[in-house]
Order: sequence, then C-alpha cells, then structure tokens
Amino acid sequence: MQAGFDALIAGDERVEPRDWMPEGYRKTLIRQIAQHAHSEIIGMQPEGNWITRAPSLRRKAILMAKVQDEAGHGLYLYSAAETLGIDRSELLDLLHAGRQKYSSIFNYPTLTWADMGAIGWLVDGAAIVNQVPICRCSYGPYARAMVRICKEESFHQRQGFEILHTLSHGTDAQKAMAQDAVDRWWWPSLMMFGPPDDESPNTAQSMAWGIKRFSNDELRQKFVDMTVPQSEVLGLTLPDPDLRRDEATGHYRFGAIDWSEFFDVLKGNGPCNAERIEHRRRAHDEGAWVREAAGAYADKQAARAAQAGAA
Amino acid sequence: MSQPLEPTTPTTAREWPLWEVFVRSRRGLNHQHVGSLHAPDAAMALRNARDVYTRRSEGVSLWVVPATAIVASSPDEKDSFFDPAGDKAYRHPTFYEIPAEAQHL
Repeated sequence: MQAGFDALIAGDERVEPRDWMPEGYRKTLIRQIAQHAHSEIIGMQPEGNWITRAPSLRRKAILMAKVQDEAGHGLYLYSAAETLGIDRSELLDLLHAGRQKYSSIFNYPTLTWADMGAIGWLVDGAAIVNQVPICRCSYGPYARAMVRICKEESFHQRQGFEILHTLSHGTDAQKAMAQDAVDRWWWPSLMMFGPPDDESPNTAQSMAWGIKRFSNDELRQKFVDMTVPQSEVLGLTLPDPDLRRDEATGHYRFGAIDWSEFFDVLKGNGPCNAERIEHRRRAHDEGAWVREAAGAYADKQAARAAQAGAA
Repeated sequence: MSQPLEPTTPTTAREWPLWEVFVRSRRGLNHQHVGSLHAPDAAMALRNARDVYTRRSEGVSLWVVPATAIVASSPDEKDSFFDPAGDKAYRHPTFYEIPAEAQHL
C-alpha cells in the first residue's frame, strides 16, 4: 500500500480520495485544507464590513460578488476536505472552538474604503501566488478546487488594484487614504507566506509529499518581485526603506519582517481575533433555525411524496 | 484563543446529506463532475449548486446526485478489476500492420 502511494508521488500522479494514504499525509491535508477553507469564510468579514458603505452602486455590486466568491471558495474547500473522511460540521466546530486556524491576515481591521483596494491587490495577490502552485498538489480534490479558485481570484486582485488606482489619481485626501491602506497591509501580506524557511519545520515533508511545491521564502520573493513594479504604476510607495532592486539577480531585496508581530497575532493577540470568531459563532448560531426549518421542510415533502406514492 | 470559549450550538443534530454535482458546460458536452455540497433536499441541492458552481455561466444544465447513490469501483481491486482490458491490445487500431500504400485506413 505504501509502495503504491510512493509510486504515485514519485510519478507526480494524483492521489484520489479512496486510495490508501499515510495517516500523516491525510492529517496534513485536512489541517491545511481546513485552514484554507476557514480563511475563505472568515475573510468575508473584513470586506463584508464595507458592503453597505461602498462609494457607488458599481463598487457595491462588485464587492458583493467578491464576498460571495469567498463563500463559494470556502465551500469548494470544505467539499475537498470532506473527501478525506472528515465532516464539514466537525471542521466548523473546530474553527469555532479555536482549535483550527485561519489566515492571520484577517485579524487586521478594515478601517477605510481604501482597505478594500489594498486587500484585493495585496492580500488576494499574495493568496494567488500561494495558491497557483497548489493547483498541482498531489491530492486530486484539493488541486481541482484550487484550479476553480485561482480562476476567480484574478478578478479579486484586479478590482482591488482598480480601487487603489482610482483613489491614488483622485484628490489628495483620496490618495493619502490609499497610501495609508497600503502602509498598513504591506507587511501583513508578506507574512501571509508563513515563517522563513529555516523556521518552517513542516515544509520539507509537505514538499516531499507534493502538497507544497515552493518554500515560503521562494513564494514571498516571487510576490515582492511582482508587486513592486505594480506599486509604481499605482503611484504609491511601499513602507520599506530597505526595498531595492538587486541588479545582479533582478530580485527586489526587502527589509526584515517583524516576526514577533506575526507570532503574536497567530497566538490570538491581533486586533480582531476575538471579534472574527465571535462573529462567526454568532452567525452560525443565528442560522440554526434556518437549517432546522430547511430540514423540516425536506422531511415534510418527503413524507407527502411517500403518502402520494402509497395512495 | 486567549479566553475559553462557550460551546456553540452543535451543527444541526442531523446533517444535511451530501450531493455530488455535475455540470454540462455547454450543449454538445457531457455533464462533468465538479464537486459536492450539502443540502436538505433535491430542490435546494440544485439551487445551491447553481450558486456555488455556476456563478460565471459555467453551465447550461446541472445534475445533483445523492452521494450515497453512487456505486464506485474499489481502488484496492484496481488491478484485477481493470486487468482484463490490459492484454487485449488488438482492440486498438494501432495493433494492426497495414501496408503503407493502403490509404484511408
């Protein structure tokens, strides 16, 4: 069995739900896909915060479509996780109990409209860099979910860029608002790729299993290299005095990341950790009657159909 | 988390069943499996499938099938189950030797 699995991995083939797989592989995938799914649905909150205050009907319709996409992405991913033998309800219970994590980026507040732009451009931009290689993940259902998600993320990033571009070419106050949002989201976005390679103990195993294709630092560098020229098009600066292009390699060198902040937010001490989970649990509890009613309606319809069949 | 959490309402006592979703992306093509979802009944499964899997006009027709209704071959029997086809190379056109001058074959 192990030999069959090893051969699939070695041949860069896909592992499918009913194949035998090592327990560690299954657990790693459940943890990663669940964290990813939780991030999608918790990620609806900072943006949902601005739907009622979007500056135009156009922006409002776009933001609603984007938040709806995040819900959809969560569902694709929960569906992928369930193929590993865990129930979605179990995963939600783990999220609500604080026993499974979501991306720390969503523990930062969205203070102004420009944050919708910065999230789309930087946070979704970083997510895309992270996610594109997962389209080739060794686990089939996760890879397929990622293909769908990546197709849709591109709109997210472009609408964010457009928001910032519009603001930065508007009044001085609008440009200042855009700059402030970028100043606040830049470093947390770099942290989205996870700790540096020498402090990322699980990377080697995940790469050996074909779950992960590039290391955290490689992906972070790729993101910086893509994003710096875009910031020039926006006419906004990135809050890093050490940021400069290395002529020899063509890569942008950036300053030291404050990892103490990352680990502090991860531990639960970010500005919005408690609020996000609290809101999520409340939404779940307040939706209980809807789930029950839908179940009761289905039962009634089934009973009627059975009766009609018997008559 | 910094503070202990109150237990949330457990997710409904009875879970909504799982449905597998198939989409025909345009006329002339087969329905293709795209994923799954939970729904209390077939009508809701169809509506949810529309919202989850066809937000960008990805389909002209949808099937939802209770996951429990699908009978699958077992990966453990993969070899013995599919082997009978393995040694019948004569089922493929490339098996036959045809003189080069014979056209349209």
